[in-house]
Parts: sequence; structure tokens; C-alpha cells
Amino acid sequence: MRVTVVGGGPAGLYLAILLRKADPSVEVDVLERNAPDATFGWGVVFSEHTLGALRDADLESYLAITDTFARWDRVDIRHGGRVVTSRGHSFSAIARKRLLEILQERCLALGADLRFHREVDAVPEDADLVVGADGVNSLVRRTRERDFGTRVAPEGCKYVWFGTPLVFDAFTFIFRETEQGLFQVHAYPFDERTSTFIIECREDTWRHAGLDELDEDESLAFCERLFARDLEGQELLSNRSLWSSFPKVTNSAWHRGRVVLLGDAAHTAHFSIGSGTKLAMEDAIALRDALASRSWDLDAALVDYELARRPVVERTQEAASESAAFFTRVAAYAGYDPIQFAFNLLTRSGRITHARLTVRDPAFTRSLDAWFSGAGMGVAPPPVFAPFRIGGLELGNRIVARGGSEAASGAGLLLSGFVAVSATGRISPDTPTVDDWTPERRPVLLQLGHAGRRGACLPRTVGVDLPLQDGWDVVSASPLPYGPYSAVPRELDAAGLGAIREEFVAAARRAGELGVEILELDFAHGYLVGSFLSPLTNRRGDEYGRERLRYPLEILEAVRAIWDGPLSVCLSVTDWARGGLAADEGVAVARALASHGCDLVHTVAGQTVHHDRPQYRRGFLTDLADRVRAEARVPTLVGGHLTTLDDVNTVVGAGRADLCILDLPPSAVEAEATSPIAERQAVSR
Amino acid sequence: MNVGVGLPTTTPGADRTLVVEWAKRADTGPFSSLAVLDRVAYDSYDPFTALAAVAGVTDRVRLATMIAVGPLRPTALLAKEAASVHALSGGRLTLGLAIGARLEDYEAAGVDHSERGRRLSEQLAYVRGRVDEERIGPSRDGIELLVGGASGPAFARMARYADGYAHGGGPPRAFAGAAARAEAAWQDLGRPGRPRLWGQGYFALGQVEQGHAYLRDYYAFTGPFAERVVAANLTSARAVMDFVRGYEEAGCDELVLFPTVSDLSELDRLTEAVAG
Repeated sequence: MRVTVVGGGPAGLYLAILLRKADPSVEVDVLERNAPDATFGWGVVFSEHTLGALRDADLESYLAITDTFARWDRVDIRHGGRVVTSRGHSFSAIARKRLLEILQERCLALGADLRFHREVDAVPEDADLVVGADGVNSLVRRTRERDFGTRVAPEGCKYVWFGTPLVFDAFTFIFRETEQGLFQVHAYPFDERTSTFIIECREDTWRHAGLDELDEDESLAFCERLFARDLEGQELLSNRSLWSSFPKVTNSAWHRGRVVLLGDAAHTAHFSIGSGTKLAMEDAIALRDALASRSWDLDAALVDYELARRPVVERTQEAASESAAFFTRVAAYAGYDPIQFAFNLLTRSGRITHARLTVRDPAFTRSLDAWFSGAGMGVAPPPVFAPFRIGGLELGNRIVARGGSEAASGAGLLLSGFVAVSATGRISPDTPTVDDWTPERRPVLLQLGHAGRRGACLPRTVGVDLPLQDGWDVVSASPLPYGPYSAVPRELDAAGLGAIREEFVAAARRAGELGVEILELDFAHGYLVGSFLSPLTNRRGDEYGRERLRYPLEILEAVRAIWDGPLSVCLSVTDWARGGLAADEGVAVARALASHGCDLVHTVAGQTVHHDRPQYRRGFLTDLADRVRAEARVPTLVGGHLTTLDDVNTVVGAGRADLCILDLPPSAVEAEATSPIAERQAVSR
Repeated sequence: MNVGVGLPTTTPGADRTLVVEWAKRADTGPFSSLAVLDRVAYDSYDPFTALAAVAGVTDRVRLATMIAVGPLRPTALLAKEAASVHALSGGRLTLGLAIGARLEDYEAAGVDHSERGRRLSEQLAYVRGRVDEERIGPSRDGIELLVGGASGPAFARMARYADGYAHGGGPPRAFAGAAARAEAAWQDLGRPGRPRLWGQGYFALGQVEQGHAYLRDYYAFTGPFAERVVAANLTSARAVMDFVRGYEEAGCDELVLFPTVSDLSELDRLTEAVAG
């Protein structure tokens, strides 16, 4: 067997080591275009978990690597002149250059053939297996991008990668406000003399600061000045350190015939979660394992390799993208208390939750909980069980339950479900109107709405947006039918607008008589008021079309005038449709609502039009609620399929929302009782 | 969780005798459903014709399309075919619909591929909304409707119009991820209760290589993905049981296992494995 590895980075060298070690009859060539000691980047981070895998795969290189490690368990977050520390995060780092030396030496000892200064311009012909371990700009991949289904897209902030002789004693995040915007640093030590010092900022900040026009030396000088205090008089070290955007690489297939991709050539993960080298070396281990277990049957082995690695890699890439996005919007959290700012930062990628952080660093979450509930430094309940005050009302906890759900008993607040302001505002014949509705439990949030062009439909037990055969006439901002077979709605005239506004007011009065605790106006999901907000559904030529917020604000003001209690608005912050409301505009709408007396934004998305492109997953609305809360500065209520108390603790504790709708999975006891396998097992016991 | 079995309608050599006998045995076995696949540009039986053929020799099992590519058929004809199978089977149809994965089926059927999503939504609204039912009978009352697909719009379509979700296959972990998305969509569209969750897998419990060869051929259009399907083919009773258990833990309501070899002994082995 003859294997040609293109690229002498950690992935390629480590694979060469593992293959030679497993079977010395396998010939391995590693082709590297640079010199043995040329390298880019400074330190490389590993987690405890990765180290275990490296130890099991090759003890000799593991010992050499760990011998020169810088290790720490602290994360320091410097922000607004204060430092918050979190412990228990066991990281290790090594100079990339030292890592490559160790791997090169080990390759030579095992008889792999390392050839430097070899620029490859085509996929080598004479090998049984060609491994593309040639990094983010992989030539092996680029020769057949169609086969691999390659996509490369920039993500996150502009960044530049420096070294510094200042040895940090923790993974250190530094945030520095400037007139041009926020800059942040990710710094960590990687040997006894040097630290990595990565600086990032949003592209608009980068341009305002004039960094797009500075050369390498000028930009280095700028950065040294900006972070002089944190660098404690030390310099920044450049290694062709230029500002760039991080390219996210994905491939729909990682192998084709006898060619396989490894590491960054196959997939990249944003540096802010420090997983690139780890993924690359784990790829090498998985490929070695697959080749061994399939006795070098390439078709089967390469499938196994990809099957084994893809789920791990995709989860990591998703977390990395979340992290990258977090740093583009971090300026909005500048006003948060330092402990919440830090918790938000630590939980940014979704990999660390309140519960997981409690295992790593119980003192940290105790401080967070105490701050959150205002208990000072004593013992406090976790965020989910902290009371929430809104407009003179106090809710016992942060859990909101849908009517009839299991979470209903114990939740701090109950949602009424859609209640129509009038019979013609109903979704279907079984939709309650405010005249025939009474609360199941208290405190209750009454969701008042007018279905608009989504009205006159069959009950949702059957389906959604299925028009009744003999329904009632429906109305909307413009005469556009909602979905297939939907009726063409009548465009509301001035009299109609006034009448429905008065229906909302009358319904609000009725809510007062019923003793409703929180009133919500439904301006979302393409119902009547929501249809005024989106350019896709509001095509009016009058002032209600020119100012799409006009009618929603009229209703809000009219209700606010007679409703003294807490007032919520349900808003589709984005339409998830081309040409529709995008999140930036949605946040601006939320800001306008807040300035007109809205106390809480129930954040939802989509359903404005039938052909939207929603993005469903656990917590799919959290990011939007977070943006509304941080940027429009109004409390938020969010659902989006949060299924555990840990989800709620994390979302609420990090300041992404104030109240969460909990969708509990079915009771474990029930699931067990209906299981034929369980019955069978019970019998066989 | 219920376990269903696929009817051999796409595997080579599946003739009338095999299909009919397979259905009879499945009906008296531990299976709750008998399901079919759908391809136009491939040597296989039409899903509705095949279900009609076995409707008369079965009494108990549900008859399911897992899935049928809706947009390939004119909407009224699709509804009529489905309703006919439903009526002739005594109300046992589960109609799974999706846009499918193959361009060549659309080309062969002469249907515009770019309109597939919009057309499927319209078909679902037609079938579920019982549009034109008086003119185009028989009754669609009680047809269980599933929708497949992995995109956001597919999950929304499922939650809007169907009773449940038809997953396209993969390890239990992948199913669990899709199930969470299906449930998120269901809540988002304000449906009461939960969606029914259907999963699927392939098995070859006797002539393994023959089964692998069929899968390589059937999935050739996916390129390297075909090998992934082959790698997941369940080739032992143990693998079947692990798979069944994994799907059950992932919250699946109905798991359909499709044959890859046209041989009754495959069904008998599966029966043994499932009845364990």
C-alpha cells in the first residue's frame, strides 16, 4: 500500500505516524510545500478529552507534546475595567511550531517519507490512497470541488493573529471600547515564553478605525497602542499577521474514489472555540481506525471514516458558528453586569450550559444565581426559579406554560393561546373569543389577536391554514390570499381599521374585568396586525402602507391608554422570507413598540407568508429574543422548543430572555408503559 | 413503538407471487404497517398500484407510502389514487408525501422541478382540506398524512398539513435530531398534541451482498452517499434489535424496515428478529 499525504500540518503528519505505526509495510509520503520550520499561527489549544485520544493513539508523541504544554484551568474575562474568572476548564496549549517538530521527528523515526518544498499542482497519480491534509485552501479539494460539494463562506469578525512575550496565566478575553466600536482579544499562553494574542472586531469597526488601509507594521502598532495596558509594556509579534475573515469550509462529501480529505481541507471551525487542530488530529485517528478495521478496503473504510467523524464535526462547526456570531454582536451586551456578561460569553456556543458550568465551576454559577436573584452573596435559587417583576406584577418563576401542557402546574405564567377580539377575528370556529374565554389558571397572559387573512379555517386539530368551506369573509392589510385555496381577503378601509382597533380596546377592557394579569397583543405570524408590518403583506398605497408601523402602533397606543397592567406584544422579528422583514428591521420594530408602552416582547418568527423558510431546532428563537432584549432593551418572552430547566436557566441566566416557554418531553413513565420492547423485557426478566 | 415492514417493490426480481405472499405473511406477522417507496425512473412498481394489489389480500396492517413523491402526479389524480387505496383497503392508508431527491424522476414525469415545494404544499392543502372531494371521490376521511424532508419548509409543511413526520433514514441519533425539529415545528404552528414520528431502515438478513448491491444501485444517484446507506444496512438479528431499540429511545412511533432482497426468507428472518 502506498499513501500520499498532501500537506505536512498536524493532520497529515499525525496520520503518517499512525499509519506507519499500525503497519510498517504501508509506504507513506508526506508532501509539504514549505520548509520544515516554516509555520503560521502561534499556539494550538487542546482539551482534556482530546488528550486522552492522543495518548491512546500514540504514546510517544503524546508524551513529547504534553511535556512542553502550557496548562491552565481558568478563563479570565476583562470587561469594563473588571475581571471575572471562571475555573475548571482544563485546557492545554502548545506552540504550533513545536507540535510540528515533534510530529516530524516521530514520522522520521517511523520511516514516513517527509518531502518539504514540494508544491503539488495535481492529485498525485501513483498512490493507492491520496490524503488531502493541505488545509483551508486545499489544492486536493479545489481540483474537484464539485465532487466534494465544497462551500466556503466567511463568518464572524475581522481578525488578526499575533504572538506576544507576555505569558498570560489564564485563557483571557479582553474587551476594549473605542470610538470606532468594540475590539476583543482571545489570548492564551502556549509555552513558558509566549502567548497567542488574537484581536477581532466587526468589519464596520475595522473600516471606521482605518485598518483596511494600514499595512502590516502600521496595524501592529495600532494594536499595540490599543492594548498597551493589557500587554503590560510587552510587544506584539507578527508572523505575516494580516487582518482577514475566517473562512467556514464545509463539504457534502469528504472522499471520492481514492482521495480523502482530512482536517481543515474537509471542514473548518471558527477559531473562537479553538477546535481546528483537535478535529484534524481526531480525523487522522478515525481514518487510521477505519482503514485497519476494513483491512484497507478503501470504499468501505472511507465511508466508515466519514460516518464516524461527520456528526462530531458538524456539531463542532455549529457551536463554532454560534460562537463566531456571538462575537459579532457582543457590543450589545456591554451594559450587562460583569457576571452575566461572563456567563453569556461562556455559554455562547451552546456547548456549556448552566448545569455543565455548575459541574466545572460551582462557585461561578453560585455567584451568577446570587446576583440574578438579588440575593447578594448568599444561597440563591437558579435563574429559572428567580421571581420576575413586570409592571407591578411579580411572577414566581421564569417558566411559561402553554394551556393544557404538563408544565402548566408549577409554571410562573400560563399562556391563554390565541383568543380572538371578535367572532370574525377567529382562526377557526373553535377559537375562543374574549367574550367566551375564561382563564384556566393564574397568573395568565391573555393572547389577544385578530386572525386577519389566516381566519375562517378548519380547527388546528385537522391542520393549519385550511380554509372552511362556508367560512366568513376575511380581511387584511392588502388583498393577498395567504396560502393554497385561501380566500382573497378584503383590504381594510379607514372605517374597518377603526372598528378593529376598537375591538382590541373593548377586548382589553374585558380582560381587565376578568382580572387578567398580563395582556398580549398578537402582532405576529401574518395575522391581521402582523400583516401591516411586512412589506410582503402590506402593499397599501396610503399612510398605513407608507408607514407600516402606523396601524400596529395605533392599536398599541389605544390599548395602552386603557390598560394599566403589564402589556406584551407578540412579534415576528423576521419573516424568514426573501423581501420580508429581516431581523435588523424586526429589532427596530421592537424598539418602537417599547417606546410606545410595550413592556414585554414575545419573540417569534416567520409565518408572515406561507412560503417562508423557517429554521427549526431546539431553541430556534433564542438568538432573536437575545437581539431584541439586548438591542431594543425590552424584556423578552421566548419559546422555540426549549425542553429542559437547564435550557431555561442558561437562556435566562445569560440574559437572552426573561421568560421561557417550556415544552416538556412526554413523561418517562408513560413512554415506558406503551413500549412493546419494555414489555418483552419485563416478561423475560 | 410499532414496527412495520417494506413491501418489495423496488428490489430486483419482485414479482406478483412474491409481493402478494409477502403482504399476506406481513399481515399475520408482528408488523403494524406495510410500506412502499416511490421512483419513476427506476425498475419498480408504482406505490399506489402496489398498495392496491395488496389491499385485497391483507386485513390488518396499515398500508403506507414512505414516501410518495407528490409533485410527480397531478393533484386531483394523486388524491383520487390515495383515496381509492384508502377505500379499497377499508380505511388503512397512511399517505406519506415529500418532494423526493431525484431530478430524473421529475424529468421522466415531465414536471417542473423548481416548483416542487410550492406544488407539494398545494397538494397537501388539497388532500387534507378535502378540496373538491364531492366531485373527486372517494372520501379522504381518515387518511393518515405524513410529510418527509429535511429542510425548514419541509418541517413547516409537515406541521401545517400532516399528522406526522416521515424520516428519510439514518442512525437513531439523526432521527432524534429530526424528531426535535418536527416537534419544534409542530409547536410553532400551534398544533395540539405531538406529531406522529415514522422512521425507516434497510435490512438484508440472508443474502447480504445481494442486498448491498441493490442499495448501491438504488442510491447510485447520490454518489458517495450510497456507501453510507450500504454501511447502515442491517445484516443481523442483533443489528435489527439494536436499531429498533435505538429508534424507540429516540421517540419513534413507527419504524419501517425495508427489504433489499426479493426473497420471502428475508421476511421470515425479520419476523423472527422483531418477534425476538
